[in-house]
Amino acid sequence: MQRTLRPKRFNQLWPFYLLAAPGILYFVIFHYIPMSGLVLAFKEYSPFKGIINSPWVGLDNFRQFFGTSDFYILLKNTLLISLLNLVIYFPFTIILSLLLNELRLKVFKRVSQTIVYLPHFLSWVVIYGITISFFGPSGVINHYLTEWFGGSANFLVSNEWFRPLVIFQSIWKDAGWGTIIFLAALAGINPEQYEAAKVDGANRFQNIWHITLPGIKSTIVILLLLRLGSSMDSNFMQIFLMTNSLNLDVSNVFDLFVYHIGLEQFNYSFAITVGMFKSVASLILVLGANYAAKLLGEEGIF
Amino acid sequence: MKLRVTWFDSLIVVIICLISLLVILPFLYIIAVSFSPPGDSLAGNFFIWPKHWTLDAYSYLLNADTFLTSVRNSVVITVMGTLLSLFVSITLAYALSKKFLPGRRIMLLFIFFTMIFHGGMIPSYLVVKNLGLIDSYWAVVLPAASSAFNIMVIRSFFQSLPESLDEAARIDGAGEFRILYSIVLPLSKPIIATFTLFFMVQFWNEFFSAVIYLNDTSRWPIQPLLRQMVAISASNISAEAAVDAQLAANLGPNVQNAAILLAMLPIVIVYPFLQKYFAKGAMLGSIKE
Repeated sequence: MQRTLRPKRFNQLWPFYLLAAPGILYFVIFHYIPMSGLVLAFKEYSPFKGIINSPWVGLDNFRQFFGTSDFYILLKNTLLISLLNLVIYFPFTIILSLLLNELRLKVFKRVSQTIVYLPHFLSWVVIYGITISFFGPSGVINHYLTEWFGGSANFLVSNEWFRPLVIFQSIWKDAGWGTIIFLAALAGINPEQYEAAKVDGANRFQNIWHITLPGIKSTIVILLLLRLGSSMDSNFMQIFLMTNSLNLDVSNVFDLFVYHIGLEQFNYSFAITVGMFKSVASLILVLGANYAAKLLGEEGIF
Repeated sequence: MKLRVTWFDSLIVVIICLISLLVILPFLYIIAVSFSPPGDSLAGNFFIWPKHWTLDAYSYLLNADTFLTSVRNSVVITVMGTLLSLFVSITLAYALSKKFLPGRRIMLLFIFFTMIFHGGMIPSYLVVKNLGLIDSYWAVVLPAASSAFNIMVIRSFFQSLPESLDEAARIDGAGEFRILYSIVLPLSKPIIATFTLFFMVQFWNEFFSAVIYLNDTSRWPIQPLLRQMVAISASNISAEAAVDAQLAANLGPNVQNAAILLAMLPIVIVYPFLQKYFAKGAMLGSIKE
């Protein structure tokens, strides 16, 4: 009797397939068909011949890409931004979570959380606009630099300032939001552990070191590995806005290169080659990170 | 238990106050500049309180056709995008929440795979181009209609609803669409509210697809226009034709900052509603089967 309550035959199941259809169609058209476009990496695309009739060139595009100095510069810039985010932005998020978690006045905690979450919802263009207002040639910072020290700095148009600014933007926009997942993990720590530590005479630093941090260890490990897995992805929108011809030496990352080659110079085949290298490298990194998580005895991402 | 305040507590409160201040100050500054005459802000003789108040920047922007058109385009894109995203995501997530559905695992894998591998920018561009969507709002809306992550989160919410509920409805003779519409959806208000707001924020903030898919700048939403308006002052962007010469000529810091403020205004307005839900919503995503 129980069984018959669940649809089992196709004439009972078709409504579910009908409901799934638009979504599946969406994934086919906008996620899987683009994957088939990757064959162009092995062809020399000619707009007159079309995708199917363009001649095969084997691995020529890849050889050309790995043979240029561009490849090493792109790799270096991309990985360096990821690395800086990993060693500055990521620990900052953890420390901010610990600080918020130590707040004992609930109202104050809620208000400060509301404040630090907000920038996450602003667009990168708005963040870029705010950055210009502060760091631009006639921005506040340069105004006071001139007034107090008699000099100004080309924050937006120099190689030295690009990375610090980008990391600072990331922290300002997303560090608050990033605490959500840690705060959830922190809320899951058994309060009895703190009671026990209190009996043993532990102070708050000792509590943090011996109970709080170990309590969120697995969350830290998983998020760290997820970040490692996405090292090849820069935050494209951010970089795209912050880049210009005067800081291109440090700002040129894979995604930006793909944009310039593909959508500005219309060299589709070569741009797709670069994009495909990035996608495959990312896939390997993600799978590797997941494998590493499991080796460490964590649950892994999937 | 009495709450004893130690120096440790005070230190943390001070640090959090400083961080919060660092988040808030830029907003106050942007507001102050937008209400000041252009000369004042250039002189920099104030920081968060205008010396002289003026509404010039706002009255200028609210009379500038290019700006108003971009706001209208943004509204259209946001409404279209939000409705479409909700429809596509909810229907698929609902179907995938049914454990008895044959083929469910394959569909889940099919969707999950897009999280770790994708064709990339150029193949996606070629698909949109070949579909003939260039210069239409659909080019901005369709490719962003959903994501594997959204599907997974909404699906896990549907799975948390008691199964006996729709079985009872089935006994009473309700069809599947009826069950979804009159029983499941009313019970799913929290997740629908969360995602309505997330999608609204996402489409309002959409920038890049407008830049690459909309050659016709009269179709531009507000974000790409804002970028051009602020980039002109940075004078570091390689000569890109200004959208509107008249708009560019009138750009003072007050107009630019007023534009920044207007571009974030809808977000700031929906934010309190968003805030109520998102902590829960964001957590749902971390639940595994």
